[in-house]
Amino acid sequence: MIAVQTKEPQKIHPHKFTLWVAMGSIVMMFAALTSAYIVKKNQSSWLEFDLPKIFWYSTFTILMSSVTIHLATKAFKAREIERYRVLITVTALLGVAFITMQWLGFRDLESRNIALTGPKSNSAASFLFVITGLHMLHVLGGVIALLVIFLRAYAVKVKNYSSLPIELVGTYWHFVDALWIYLFIFCNWIG
Amino acid sequence: MSNEAVIHAHAGAGTHDAHGDHHHEHHHHETFITKYVFSQDHKMIAKQFLITGMFWAVLGGLMSVLFRLQLGYPDATFPWLEDILGKWAKGGHISAEAYYALVTTHGTVLVFFVLTAGLSGTFANFLIPLQVGARDMASPFLNMLSYWFFFTASVVMLSSIFVETGPFSGGWTAYPPLSALGSASPGSQTGMDLWLVSMALFVVSSLLGGLNYIATILNMRTKGMSMTRLPLTIWALFFTAVLGVLSFPVLFSGFILLIFDRNFGTSFYLSDIFVNGVGALPNEGGSAILYQHLFWFLGHPEVYIILLPAMGMVSEILSVNSRKPIFGYMAMIGSLFAIAILAFLVWAHHMFVTGLNPFLGSIFVLLTLLIAVPSAIKVFNWLTTLWRGNIRFTPGMQFAIGFVSLFISGGLTGIWLGNSALDIHLHDTYFVVAHFHIVMGVASMFGMFAGIYHWFPKMYGRYLNNTLGYVHFWITIAGAYMIFWPMHYEGLAGMPRRYYDYSIWESFKRFGELNRFISTVAMIVFSAQILFLFNFFYSIFKGRKVTSLNPWGSNTLEWTTPLRPGHGNWPGEIPEVHRWAYDYGKDGKDFISQTTPVGADESHH
Repeated sequence: MIAVQTKEPQKIHPHKFTLWVAMGSIVMMFAALTSAYIVKKNQSSWLEFDLPKIFWYSTFTILMSSVTIHLATKAFKAREIERYRVLITVTALLGVAFITMQWLGFRDLESRNIALTGPKSNSAASFLFVITGLHMLHVLGGVIALLVIFLRAYAVKVKNYSSLPIELVGTYWHFVDALWIYLFIFCNWIG
Repeated sequence: MSNEAVIHAHAGAGTHDAHGDHHHEHHHHETFITKYVFSQDHKMIAKQFLITGMFWAVLGGLMSVLFRLQLGYPDATFPWLEDILGKWAKGGHISAEAYYALVTTHGTVLVFFVLTAGLSGTFANFLIPLQVGARDMASPFLNMLSYWFFFTASVVMLSSIFVETGPFSGGWTAYPPLSALGSASPGSQTGMDLWLVSMALFVVSSLLGGLNYIATILNMRTKGMSMTRLPLTIWALFFTAVLGVLSFPVLFSGFILLIFDRNFGTSFYLSDIFVNGVGALPNEGGSAILYQHLFWFLGHPEVYIILLPAMGMVSEILSVNSRKPIFGYMAMIGSLFAIAILAFLVWAHHMFVTGLNPFLGSIFVLLTLLIAVPSAIKVFNWLTTLWRGNIRFTPGMQFAIGFVSLFISGGLTGIWLGNSALDIHLHDTYFVVAHFHIVMGVASMFGMFAGIYHWFPKMYGRYLNNTLGYVHFWITIAGAYMIFWPMHYEGLAGMPRRYYDYSIWESFKRFGELNRFISTVAMIVFSAQILFLFNFFYSIFKGRKVTSLNPWGSNTLEWTTPLRPGHGNWPGEIPEVHRWAYDYGKDGKDFISQTTPVGADESHH
């Protein structure tokens, strides 16, 4: 084992690599949507409005969840399984809280008479809804992945102690966090 | 093995046999379901992609025969048409709705299901692990999912043919407003919903496949297989996968906005529309051009997704059957790379006449014409590989040479169409139809046929029948030119595409005879494909048996596996690679396999 590791240069695990390519693919999807946003914004009848205040809190929440999943990975590697279980639970809860806050943000817009969909909607609001909505789905995917490794953390039999799953989920989680930061900055100041 | 070392390094103790070693004894616990249906063996998945693709090729081809009947014989009636199409061909005459539905489905199916899934899905799956020296893909499970997403997409698309209002009929590009408004045409109703669901599933399938191909090529190569020792097939499939992974998500985002416009009343693409019988629509401020940008950002890379695998296989087959090294190996990789980059920078040449800013248009003209450079490099290298080669005219080789011929013919007209000034005249005429069918459609089909004839012995342990192969080749190449060459003249004369009946149009009814000729040849070529189908399925069971491990005298790794490799490909260790894949006719030796160590007295290439 050690001999192999010292002889071969450390190569990235194929699953991790696949995840990075997949994240590149997701980036392309959001790049397409945000560039479509810019194109649309420069055309006629674009509605200017302020983002819901709660998006600031949701941004803070998802940033915190990145910290907790980072600590969870460290706890797993240190074999502190109790601490790990608590931390991934907190991360998943923060993820759910984030999704809820985004949804409350949509409610806030609607209460200000800014229709997100339907015949009265302006594509400015529809874009915000589609882009953040898709991002919410990606966070939801992360929550489901957390749920899977959460169930594994309670499995009675552990055949091998591999940190690969939590590392994969952690990378993805940081990715959706960074993606939201980009979208938040984009919607507030760039787009 | 380097790929096993990777797994060991991360998986920790106790998982030694997770990937590498337990493949020594295959056929363990393999039931019919796990071997033939939900198989995770890349070779079986490749065959699943191939046969599903062939099913669609027959159906899509048959559709073209049906609408060519209308174009060639606009006045004739065919009572049997009513028998198979029912109300879509009342009185034996295809209705206008059915004509558009057939054209749309033909395009969608051939571009995505046959030439994307059927071509790159088949050969990426089959060749990547075998030629890089891997037991299987990076993730066999995702690979299996990729096929089943494609299968589901196929079922949904197929079901759209049978709904009451018919399949989508607004063209394979699905431009709004026809695709966004259910009231726009019969096909825009349930047919379009199913089209969108099917295409969304297809995008997922392509992405899962592409991720795997990239990860496998970059991470799972056997010891000694550096990137510059890879056969050109693998390089081409690699760039294909990169193109797909980066461009399909963009199409997907275009589809998401389209779904919102269709179903949730948003106005991304719709503005100021009045539908006859419905009235004025409330949608304001949308832009149909926005969809075109999103669509063609995929749409143009898509033509290279279709073409590059064919180029890669043709390079390999030409070299093997000329018994000569491929000419300009690094130039081939460089030109593939250049094509992959340029593929993302030329999408607006599909939109020259949409009111695009002429200055922007001129940049897209420049970038489009730049593609001629790597394309010419490739053609030059193929011809120089053939030059003074010791050519074996196997059916695979014939189709490979046919590919080069078609690529030259179709590529040259691309230079015409890439000019925004000429495009004002040529846009939406039969010239465009002729161009893209030759260079993308038929050429890639030829690449696919070449691949099937060449790798069939590895896939099924038997040969395809050569005589049938020769007949198939000559009818197809002659027919392809006879169908599409005359279309250039029609297009130059200004005859627009997508019309149902030209016989009542004073300017173009003089092409009636020519259209009849094209339709007749189309039917002959289609029936020649039946010959191929018979050859394919007959040979799987009754073909001449392959007796030698390496029937073509080829250098690449797939021919070092057993005659019928099990899951895991090599019974023992994966062979180590010592040289590139193209040592043909070197130092007086006919061929030197990649697994042969470099001798002390060997000359440098």
